Amino acid sequence: MSGEIAILGVGMHPWGKWGRNFAEYGVAAARAALKDSGVKWRDVRFISGGGTVRNGYPGYVAGATIAQALGWQGAEVNTSYAACASGSQALAAARAKILSGEVDVALVVGADTTPKGFLAPAKGERPDDPDWVRFRVGITNPTYFALYARRRMEIYGDTQDDFALVKVKNAEQGFTNPYARYRKKFTAEDVAASAMVADPLRLMDVCATSDGGAALIVSSLEYARKIGRGDAVRIAAISTVTPSFASSVIEMPDLATDSAVAVAPTQFRSALPRKAYEQAGIGPKDVSVAEVYDLSTALELDWIEDCLLCERGEAAALTRAGQTRIGGRIPVNPSGGLACFGEAVPAQALAQVCELTWQLRGEAGDRQIEGAKVGITANQGLFGHGSSVIVVR
Amino acid sequence: MSEGAAQATVPVLDGWFTTDSAAPHLIGSQCASCGTYYFPKLISGYCRNPDCDGETFESVELSRTGKVWSFTNACYKPPEPYIAADPFVPYAIAAVELEKEKMMVLGQVVEGVGIESLKAGMEMELVLETVPDATLPEGKLTWKWKPVEGAGA
Ligand SMILES: [Zn+2]
Repeated sequence: MSGEIAILGVGMHPWGKWGRNFAEYGVAAARAALKDSGVKWRDVRFISGGGTVRNGYPGYVAGATIAQALGWQGAEVNTSYAACASGSQALAAARAKILSGEVDVALVVGADTTPKGFLAPAKGERPDDPDWVRFRVGITNPTYFALYARRRMEIYGDTQDDFALVKVKNAEQGFTNPYARYRKKFTAEDVAASAMVADPLRLMDVCATSDGGAALIVSSLEYARKIGRGDAVRIAAISTVTPSFASSVIEMPDLATDSAVAVAPTQFRSALPRKAYEQAGIGPKDVSVAEVYDLSTALELDWIEDCLLCERGEAAALTRAGQTRIGGRIPVNPSGGLACFGEAVPAQALAQVCELTWQLRGEAGDRQIEGAKVGITANQGLFGHGSSVIVVR
Repeated sequence: MSEGAAQATVPVLDGWFTTDSAAPHLIGSQCASCGTYYFPKLISGYCRNPDCDGETFESVELSRTGKVWSFTNACYKPPEPYIAADPFVPYAIAAVELEKEKMMVLGQVVEGVGIESLKAGMEMELVLETVPDATLPEGKLTWKWKPVEGAGA
């Protein structure tokens, strides 16, 4: 494909609750990616950071903060804020610069430090802000994930045990991942014994917040060949499409869906991977590994179907049959997913790409998927943000 | 509410629903050109249907009954700006599909109705209930979903 770019290097800072400044994680990840790539810092001509917004103030000017920490060297800079898709948007900005021929090599980096406890809106009376409004009437983040989970139970007959299996699988897969925050195996009984948060989801069905960082060094295919890295894994697609009116599934932070009176209803989640497949010129049958957004255990099942990796309603059966494990027909979240990492918003879409890069290079150690050739990521953020990236070998 | 306390009359969100407690309605708007409904009311003045140039909207009362799409509950007290009774009492939440408007609206389920009484497809109606407030001792009014008498899935 002509629209491809090469991934020369990847790096992460271990995720956890470290309580340090986000730039430390970003710099550690960036330096690891630089080292992995063999590219000199001065040769990087574009720095693309995933941004984070705290209390409505974009105080963390990610691209420039990390560029300064690595040492100003006059490169162009960019910061992208797109909630959980921030990393992918930063990557898309770098790809556009590279494909236009403006630069050969770019650093893409995302890092965050999360406050303690649940994420909550800023103070004050703000009835024009849908995020404030829904909290005012008692609708929190887990509400949305629980509505999707319960819908699966009502329509497909999924059970809470099916959801628990996702946690058990992801915990096992991330067990030896040195970058994962939680490295502990759990049983279905452990999940069932954890406190109910939003029925049918328990504490262990919902992911935590974390600090963390992830970075990539990407380049034109020409540049990769020039430095003897013509065999580098490539990015074949980056989809960041918005929903299409009339979006028919209730999305955080809205209290109502679009009305489908005048226009046929559409589904947002499935639009993201569909666009990625179209861009890459491949289909779901070609995929050997997927890193999808397990914000809740049940949501992983939704994503498996939205990525067209099985028929609608069959993801629980696929999981029960062990087909989504490492060694199964279509391994999902070999990294351990958000279940093992937790959320570090501007870093997580990049962390997914790091994992696919290691998998496609055959460098994933104990969690290696044999012969992995094509990987897909998927995630979704607030306010119509989301992304899906396809990595190929 | 304690005996003799004033009845709540102030809505938790101004202009979002009628306060006629016998048969309350959510207040939305409807595009005069394409018929698309909005809740809450559209404030931009431009229809969100990408193929519609509509700039004229009528304030409308949405259907006060619909069918459950999905449901859950809140087992933990939400953070502010939610104001909860102390001690916190968990409540159920339902996403209800309105047939005429072809849209879904979220809301709490009335007090005393837990998730064990809910089922996808169940008929629900809109009612008003009082929720605690930081400044008004009698609380404020909010919309909630209530199973229609004798409703089954
Ligand atoms: Zn219209």
